[in-house]
Amino acid sequence: MTQLAKTLTIRSSPHIRANSGVDTIMFNVVLAMLPVCAYAVYVFGMAALLVLVTATLTCVLTEHVLCRINGKPTTIGDWSVTITGILYGLTLPPSLPLWIVIAGGVIAVGVGKYLFGGLGYNTFNPALVGRAVLQAAFPAAMTTWPDAPLNRFGSLPSSTLAIPLTKPVYDGVSGATPLSDWKFNGDAADTSDLFLGTISGSTGETCALLILIGGAYLAARKMMNWQIPAAILVTVAVFSGVLSLIDSDQFAGPSFMLFSGGLMLGAVFMATDMVGSPITHLGSILYGILIGVLVVLIRVWGGMPEGVMYAILIGNAVTPQIDNWIQPRVYGSVKKRPAS
Amino acid sequence: MIDAVKHLFGVKTFSHGIHPPDSKDGTRDLPIRQFAFAPLLIVPFSQHIGKPAIPVVGEGAEVTRGQMLAKPDGFMSVAIHAPATGVISRIGLTPAINGKMTPGFFLKPYEASTQEVMEGAVVDPETATPEEILTAIQNAGVVGLGGAGFPTHAKLKVPEGRSIDTLILNGAECEPYLTTDHRVMLEHAEDVMRGIPYLLRATRAERVIIAVESNKRDAAESLRAAIPPGQPITVEVLPVKYPQGAEKMLTSALVGREIPSGGLPLDVGVICTNIGTTAEIGHLLPRGMGLYERVITVGGPAVKKKGNYRIPIGTPLRFILDVVGVEDDITTVVMGGPMMGAAASSLDISITKGSTGVIAFTERETGRVNNQTEYPCIKCGACVDACPIFLNPSSLGLLAEKGRYDEMVDDFHLRDCFECGCCTFVCPSHIPLVQKFRVAKAAVRKAAQVAK
Ligand code: SF4
Ligand code: SF4
Repeated sequence: MTQLAKTLTIRSSPHIRANSGVDTIMFNVVLAMLPVCAYAVYVFGMAALLVLVTATLTCVLTEHVLCRINGKPTTIGDWSVTITGILYGLTLPPSLPLWIVIAGGVIAVGVGKYLFGGLGYNTFNPALVGRAVLQAAFPAAMTTWPDAPLNRFGSLPSSTLAIPLTKPVYDGVSGATPLSDWKFNGDAADTSDLFLGTISGSTGETCALLILIGGAYLAARKMMNWQIPAAILVTVAVFSGVLSLIDSDQFAGPSFMLFSGGLMLGAVFMATDMVGSPITHLGSILYGILIGVLVVLIRVWGGMPEGVMYAILIGNAVTPQIDNWIQPRVYGSVKKRPAS
Repeated sequence: MIDAVKHLFGVKTFSHGIHPPDSKDGTRDLPIRQFAFAPLLIVPFSQHIGKPAIPVVGEGAEVTRGQMLAKPDGFMSVAIHAPATGVISRIGLTPAINGKMTPGFFLKPYEASTQEVMEGAVVDPETATPEEILTAIQNAGVVGLGGAGFPTHAKLKVPEGRSIDTLILNGAECEPYLTTDHRVMLEHAEDVMRGIPYLLRATRAERVIIAVESNKRDAAESLRAAIPPGQPITVEVLPVKYPQGAEKMLTSALVGREIPSGGLPLDVGVICTNIGTTAEIGHLLPRGMGLYERVITVGGPAVKKKGNYRIPIGTPLRFILDVVGVEDDITTVVMGGPMMGAAASSLDISITKGSTGVIAFTERETGRVNNQTEYPCIKCGACVDACPIFLNPSSLGLLAEKGRYDEMVDDFHLRDCFECGCCTFVCPSHIPLVQKFRVAKAAVRKAAQVAK
């Protein structure tokens, strides 16, 4: 009889695992956003490309440097900070001065993610934290939208390369976004323009079609919780639908509400950030409804045209509470809420 | 939610759970074959949950295959029988799967023996009382062959004043790689049918439901064909899903009753028994024999001659692997299935009545699992969606990290976790959740003991 002289490895069951990993999921989210990025560059030209690349590189580098400063291995390999960078870039006006892009990126990762403890511990979506700070610090720059320039690949808006801390000069026409047009002038844009994104707005907010395709890809691969965007969009549609039934002159209809501004991008790629959204299905749906209601409330009655960013940030803030209230009902037991 | 819809359309299943690759192709078509006798068989006194049996033969005794070596010590204990004709060379300590040393018989089979089996008093299911049947099962040394190893007669005993209506026979065999129940149902459907009258008589159940997963339709057909006319027996084919074979899941899927937390199927009028156990009862009791061998799947990527073998109890792992041949880079040998089975720490441990499989892995598979980077919990909810008990493994994991074990028990139902491993299987952050829960449970148990 031969003798098996082997050292056996002991580990705890289960001895097999599913193939997916955080890095795979995050990488696929990046993939799903690439068409949106490509289209943004197509519509807004070099300026958008520079904003997106700068935003992404800034975020990735910030995380890398922060990890190194703290003597920890870098965490950029999990792709989550790449998502933050791209998303952050997609929310910015394409003519934003690059130094402001860099400042916001450092804040997004440094404050929005790293200060909270990094991946898994951040309460708020880091990309939105970065954007929210910029919105407060540079309100004019953040709400100036160029019309798609004619020679968009041959020239840059002079604002793009503005020197830090100077007041950038915006050349061309500072066009209004469909949302501000509607809010301040009462003009609602054509839904098909909105849907295809041939209209001014933030870099990546404009093409609903590509955003939906990206979302559908992730949902099909079970890498995104589709209930969240579904709840948000249905809520916005129903709420704005009811309002426009009451007074169609004062309130825009559902199709305009759904496809304008950052709603699609926010609903599909930001509100679904797993870390900041509730863990149960019921919780996710409540969270989506909350965001949807807030979006309409802020857009209709708030002081500014766009409400998606704040709606999601508030949703993020409420998530821990939702997770606390909505625990799954344990098999074979009457429902019991945790004491904490 | 999707499960609820399935229920509406009459598909019987439970909520949540996972779909690991079933990996049964290697052995599902291989008929059961008798395994060789090892030169030394090591038979532990205790092969089940409950009290170890009391030896009735001493060192140096010559024993016949099937002869009782140890008798039950009280109700929660079963007899042990000789797996071969030979001599008890020694009674001493032997390693168990959990790494502890337990006493056992060291039996040297006689090489020239015909290995005929000793038969004893026959029990007739038509005339015996329930108590007589339970005692016969206990003396035959039958425990749950599905892996848990709970004494079968204890499980079948319906307490005074209680009654059950349904007997569920578990042929789901949801663990990947394992095909023993599959082969038994296919090849020994008559044994199953012979065993059922004993169980019906002992439990006074009204009907029998046999649960088979849809990847074993041939087994379901074989059983259906074997049902004697007029018997209250149905065979249900369930969708493939892990952990379908867990009692709670089976009961939910088949009769739609939820077993109360901390309770038994008995509390909702159900008793679940493994199909292999039933077949064994149908084989042993009409002959008055004791359990001395069992069917085991020897498989996994590291095994060369995979198969379903009838292996004598007490056969050391080393001997099995030597006979079937293994790849050079074998790294892990799992006793049982890969989802809930335990990795063997030594090749000297032997096959017991609860061993369902010997699954060996090579560096390739174990390396893939061991080298996965662990990320922080990203609250993706995959574990919540997978847990068949509807626990919140994410919250439990975070509490475990902080050592807040009491909270895990009081607020998050840690005790209901039956360590199926679904949460750990799906977690994209590769957090060893179920390991953490085991540690937490052990700590809580210890604290309770100290408090006493
Ligand atoms: S191991 Fe426990 S917590 Fe994890 S899925 Fe199974 S029962 Fe749920
Ligand atoms: S599966 Fe893992 S990462 Fe996802 S919520 Fe559960 S513990 Fe967290």
